[in-house]
Amino acid sequence: MLDVVNLRHTYGQGPSAHHALGGIDLKVAEGELVSVVGPSGCGKSTLLRSIAGLIEPTDGHIRIRDGHVTGTPGDLAVVFQDYSRSLFPWMTVGENVALPLRRRGMGRAARRAAAAEALAEVGLPGAEAKYPWELSGGMQQRVAIARALAYRPTLLLMDEPFGSVDAQTREDLEDLVLKVRELHRMTILLITHDIDESVYVGDRVVVLTKSPARVAGELSVDLPFPRDQIATRELPAFVHLRAEVGRLVRAKEPLPPFHASQQA
Amino acid sequence: MSAATTLPPAEVTKRRARGGRLSALVTRVWLIPVVVAAWEIGTRQAASAYFPPPSQIVARAYELWFSGPAAHLFLTDDALGDFLPSLARLFGGWAVACVLGIGLGVALGRSRALAGYIDPLVEFGRAIPPPALVPLFIVIFKLGTEMQVATIVYGVIWPILINSIDGARYVDRLHMDTAEVFGMGRAQRLFRIILPAAGPKIFAGLRLSVALAVILMVLSELVGSTDGIGYQLSYTQMNFDLAGMWSVIVLLGVLGLVLNASFLAVERRVLSWHRRARQTT
Repeated sequence: MLDVVNLRHTYGQGPSAHHALGGIDLKVAEGELVSVVGPSGCGKSTLLRSIAGLIEPTDGHIRIRDGHVTGTPGDLAVVFQDYSRSLFPWMTVGENVALPLRRRGMGRAARRAAAAEALAEVGLPGAEAKYPWELSGGMQQRVAIARALAYRPTLLLMDEPFGSVDAQTREDLEDLVLKVRELHRMTILLITHDIDESVYVGDRVVVLTKSPARVAGELSVDLPFPRDQIATRELPAFVHLRAEVGRLVRAKEPLPPFHASQQA
Repeated sequence: MSAATTLPPAEVTKRRARGGRLSALVTRVWLIPVVVAAWEIGTRQAASAYFPPPSQIVARAYELWFSGPAAHLFLTDDALGDFLPSLARLFGGWAVACVLGIGLGVALGRSRALAGYIDPLVEFGRAIPPPALVPLFIVIFKLGTEMQVATIVYGVIWPILINSIDGARYVDRLHMDTAEVFGMGRAQRLFRIILPAAGPKIFAGLRLSVALAVILMVLSELVGSTDGIGYQLSYTQMNFDLAGMWSVIVLLGVLGLVLNASFLAVERRVLSWHRRARQTT
């Protein structure tokens, strides 16, 4: 579904050039939720911005469903970390969610209905007439998620989507992502610097090295669904995976592979 | 014990708020009647032909403009003949300046390459005092409405242009990224993202330009016109109608006040999101 081959990106030129991406290979299958985690400043956002078509990478290929990415792909939505700057403060919540749907060729009534439905799905039923700045941070990020949902993308990119909300809200939003993903069978690439989060929401965790970023390792997350904030996090497999990801992020030697059958 | 202390606290605050609003209004406007009264007494005492008392000015203004038939909203033919052309030039010039200023400003603000070429020209153009161009406009357009509108447009376009450039240039990058990701077309980006984002800056420029437009309207009519409020000003002066001249001056003050107040009312409506968003964050 998403195929990233040897992606490189360098900001600037000459001695002051910053090599953000040093050749990244990444595949995401249809319906998969892949977390990308890495040390802060490692180029995670550069990777996401390249896939979203917001920057043109220096080298490498990005294919989404066999189509090369040049410019912004039409079937893609992004949830940014900074919801307060990503939502438009001069529009109501309903208008914010409905705005991108014009491109889908939907009439006014259909757009409005789709916005209402998406807002209900993220737990904000009837919030259409409010303005984003009348809502709390967590609720604003829910609006941003609703905007992405209503757009019905084949690929959803999330750039540290829960980095600016408090811990309780973060957990609620993680579960919301898992719920809507289940509901819509969406393919999601979620970028985070939070190791616990990468394991908790992911089917697979891809760990990046410091910049210039490469893939340091990949871990498949074989945790049962539905995931639960308390029960999942206390599973030995979760604890082990978290340690494993942590080691990769800090570039330490990995442990021998863990098998759930060894414990329990 | 006074009555107020026995009232429930909520009622006390409500009364205080109401009293506060009334006293705020009084503190704001009490000086006006005092100044008018002092002016009346002072000018009567001085009995100078150049400074007629306010009562005489009001009487003259009534006679000149507001003693017409009810069918014309009590406006006299003189009033219609002077106000309408002036207001038409004022709003016509201002509207042309708005369209040109905002259009050019947004284009320049969104294009770094274009802005690099044009910025020095903008700086030069705005450094020229608009009255200095009146003789040129007289040569180009002859005396009349076109020359007056040109003067107004040239004089008021700068704050609009410069604020539009500034507003369009500094649209939040994440707003533009979001628009890009969701595939918004050029028109949608312009009308739904760039213009609203630049709105607060653009309105600041428009407010300055409204005040300038009144000044330039009068100036252009003083120099070369056969009708209009500015022409009335020089006409009354040449005919030693000092009360009439003062009426025009007062009228221009009132016009400026009304324009500014209406502009603020529109701005409050259009930018209500901006005001309220800033209050909550």
